[in-house]
Amino acid sequence: MKITTEMVDYISVLSRLKLPQEEKEQMTGELERIIGYMDTLNALDTGGVEPMSHVFPVKNVLREDQVVPSFDRAELLKNAPKADEEAFLVPKTVE
Amino acid sequence: MKEILNLTALQLGAAIRKGEVSPVEATRAALEQIEERKADNAFTALTAETALQRAEAVGKKIAAGELTAPLAGVPLGIKDNICTKGVSTTCASKILTGFEPPYDATLVEKLDALGAVSLGKLNMDEFAMGSTTETSFYGPTHNPWDAGRVPGGSSGGAAAAVAARSCWYAIGSDTGGSIRQPAAYCGVTGIKPTYGTVSRYGLIAYASSLDQMGPLARDAADCAAVLDAVMGKDPRDGTSLDVPAVGLLSGLTGDVRGMKIGIPADCFGDGLDPEVKKSVLAVADVLKARGAELVEFTFPVMEYVVPTYYIIAAAEASSNLSRFDGVKYGWRAEGYEDLTDLYSKTRTEGFGAEVKRRILLGTFVLSSGYYDAYYKKALQVKGLIKQAFDDAFGKCDLMLTPVAPTTAPKIGESLSDPLQMYLSDIYTVSVNLAGLPGLSMPCGFDSKGMPIGAQLIGPALGEAKVLNAAHAFQLDTDYHKQSPVEKEAR
Amino acid sequence: MTWETVIGLETHVELATKTKIFCSCTTEFGGAPNTHCCPVCTGMPGTLPVVNKKVVEFAAKAGLALNCEITRYNKFDRKNYFYPDLPKAYQVSQLYLPIARNGRVSIQTGTEEKDIRIHELHMEEDAGKLVHDPWIDQTKCDYNRCGVPLIEIVTEPDFRSADEVIAYLEKLKSTLEYLGVSDCKMQEGSLRCDVNLSVRPAGSAELGTRTEMKNLNSFKAISRAIAYETRRQIELIEEGKRVIQETRRWDDNKDATFSMRSKENAQDYRYFPEPDIPPLELSEEYLDRLRSEQPEMAQARKARYQQQYGLPEYDADILTSQKALVDFFEETVALGAPAKEVSNWMLGDMMRRLKDEELEPKDMKLTPANLAKLIRMIADGRINRNTAAKVFRAIFPDNADAEEYVKAHGLEQVNDAGLVAQVVEQVFAANASAVADFKAGNQKVMGFLVGQVMKELKGKADPKAVNQAVREKLGG
Repeated sequence: MKITTEMVDYISVLSRLKLPQEEKEQMTGELERIIGYMDTLNALDTGGVEPMSHVFPVKNVLREDQVVPSFDRAELLKNAPKADEEAFLVPKTVE
Repeated sequence: MKEILNLTALQLGAAIRKGEVSPVEATRAALEQIEERKADNAFTALTAETALQRAEAVGKKIAAGELTAPLAGVPLGIKDNICTKGVSTTCASKILTGFEPPYDATLVEKLDALGAVSLGKLNMDEFAMGSTTETSFYGPTHNPWDAGRVPGGSSGGAAAAVAARSCWYAIGSDTGGSIRQPAAYCGVTGIKPTYGTVSRYGLIAYASSLDQMGPLARDAADCAAVLDAVMGKDPRDGTSLDVPAVGLLSGLTGDVRGMKIGIPADCFGDGLDPEVKKSVLAVADVLKARGAELVEFTFPVMEYVVPTYYIIAAAEASSNLSRFDGVKYGWRAEGYEDLTDLYSKTRTEGFGAEVKRRILLGTFVLSSGYYDAYYKKALQVKGLIKQAFDDAFGKCDLMLTPVAPTTAPKIGESLSDPLQMYLSDIYTVSVNLAGLPGLSMPCGFDSKGMPIGAQLIGPALGEAKVLNAAHAFQLDTDYHKQSPVEKEAR
Repeated sequence: MTWETVIGLETHVELATKTKIFCSCTTEFGGAPNTHCCPVCTGMPGTLPVVNKKVVEFAAKAGLALNCEITRYNKFDRKNYFYPDLPKAYQVSQLYLPIARNGRVSIQTGTEEKDIRIHELHMEEDAGKLVHDPWIDQTKCDYNRCGVPLIEIVTEPDFRSADEVIAYLEKLKSTLEYLGVSDCKMQEGSLRCDVNLSVRPAGSAELGTRTEMKNLNSFKAISRAIAYETRRQIELIEEGKRVIQETRRWDDNKDATFSMRSKENAQDYRYFPEPDIPPLELSEEYLDRLRSEQPEMAQARKARYQQQYGLPEYDADILTSQKALVDFFEETVALGAPAKEVSNWMLGDMMRRLKDEELEPKDMKLTPANLAKLIRMIADGRINRNTAAKVFRAIFPDNADAEEYVKAHGLEQVNDAGLVAQVVEQVFAANASAVADFKAGNQKVMGFLVGQVMKELKGKADPKAVNQAVREKLGG
């Protein structure tokens, strides 16, 4: 599988990473080697094999619909790089 | 070095209960040793004061008979990706600088309730991504057996601290070998239990379907005691299993008569260092001498386990690490122009190269047009790998394999070739894919004097068998009793 | 050329559970910012979701009521995108195996009946709220809404007009209210609708390029947006331009839709199975139980009201249009009030009060017990109808007790024949000329005299008795 810098640009935008040009070129090469190695899986015939997302047959893990008091707001906000007394703050996103 | 540092966790716990040693004395001894071993760089944060206060309080409760657990009062270290309320938890990443979780991981709560005394947080590869503990924002941890070598990773700080006698046991996490491989490189015993047996609530996720916490300690008995304390269903973790407590420690008889030890030929082929191979196979002989049977068979999925693992782990990581964006916690870049710039700058500057590589890789395998060819394919192969294990455990009780192809490499040797580094995970990652218990224990030293580890893999919920076999081996050998600290002193 | 509009809907409905979908925080509306939150719903590292049992039950019930096939083995998936209202940077939703698929809703517009096919129904979590603070020029992130449970119901592109869309939404709203799975309040955002719309030459089998419209906060907005977007697309095509597939935002003030495209919004959500949540497997017994709990829906109930209570179709139709009205009606009748009487009160006085006070029936304070009391007082001859109407008006806003109100205001009917006769005597004496007029043949004067007597009695007498007394006196 050929990996191009355009592809790296695309996945960088999706993952909110902005690599400097030099790093990007190196990363493109590394990803090509790694993804090329992943292509070894193509040798395996997986026709009819169910994709296994959960390894154990655990199912229906549910909780009751009972309210538990919410957390102390100050505790939730104290780790924020920028917050006021009631909310997390970000640069303007809505009017 | 103080004598008590050489005790196992269980021995120290017994001495504390008998009143021979106080938790405060033990804590002081550990703190002095940590100071002595500062160059190991095993800790990312020390909580000396709270540890001493807690030791004092725990000591009183033990004296009053309120705390009776085997490990009550025994100091430990906790890997830096496990949430500890009010105590720095950074995953050894710049992006989580200053993060003090407002809550404790379930495992931490459980240990606390039994009288554990935490000394601080242990160094690791950033976000547990790596096999060397060199990708830490806080600098690499050094292998206590040879400071020029890596301790393994990602729980490198945990393995180094236990090996250097800086704590009696440690809690690590293992997504693709991150407990077992550093345990092997540092000559300690570590176990990744069955997926779902230890609640993941409070473990900062790398790859949610593979992550599992477990102990690193001096021997199998200590590991059993820790697992007895922390295993169990947690209503806060939907993937945790409802398994009755089994009493792993009390089940350690050392009796392996009739136990079938499987030796998968595909795990002893090309690429395995001959010295490692010899030592690992010698484990079979010891167990055989105690009455176990040896079974050889093929395990035909080995060449697929690394690509499968890295596709799944990277995909989940790309999603799990998206929440680190400079808004709710941790570090935020400066000089951003708008929201998107804030995200990109924070993440680009806040994550190290290996983390970025895996995020990009994971984003790629999930992206439109590639999902089926990579991610879905990997989930299918995961099914085949699980099947291969099911077949193997139809023929044996436990599997014996190496932990890593070599002993600990030199610092600086591994990171330049990421793919090569990934390939060295070949013996450990399949265990996570299949959710099985895997234990790593010291089984020899190579000609450079570096520890060699052997891996015992059990069927799902086969912790008792795995630990009992390791215990049997440790009854007849003393590799696990070797200490790099004593070696230096000699 | 004549054009045909083709519309599909994606409707988000908030489920009426007490707690959020993955944590035990309250779902209560409002609340100071970030006070209905915990480490789970604010996306703290290390936290994990655990599914609310009621969410699965409500979603399955909705699926059954919309005639869907229930996906017995269903799973959650992660939808990945960055936005500050989504603290985990992924929304837990269902893509690959949604809980319900292939349903059908029959709607009626005018005399025409039509089936709208449901493509799928899935569970997901709501996002938070962003509010810009101009004073500090920062956007505030409030995560109270994060994790509030939603179902998204996606139709096939089966609508051809705004009327059909509204008819479907009314039906959907009624169905979900009857089930008790949602209160469907559009103004609080518990029912939100995105409209996918395209146009094509009438008779064409191919679909045109569609746009998706968001921010439609009322049925009125939906109708107007459909009209606007239809016109816009037709004009574009007639000018030889192309419709671009995109998301557009409806602006209620400007009465137009605007493109929401931006370069960061590459629509690649990288869905994959949520590893933190084990799959759901719904047994046949479980579904049977839910089926047995399905309430009688509007249509069936309407027919029954006509048959059982002899209500006119029109009345039965209005009463069953909203679950809140049905509940009120049935509770009042259960308390012994005659159905026809209850229906009259509800469709007359109650509807007027609701309209005047701009209230939804479900927000009304008046209770069935209080209306039943009022009706009983009329039946017992303790108050007359005119008084009752006044009492109703007075007690409606705060549900003041009807009985106490009547007592406190001395409104009980005068049933003392002697007193009535005495007042008639007085009125006749004081209005001799009117009495003379009557005798001269002016029949209308009788009403005046009755009115005067009622006035003297402060309206508390039984009008029939007064009528009778005046008539007798005149005739005598």
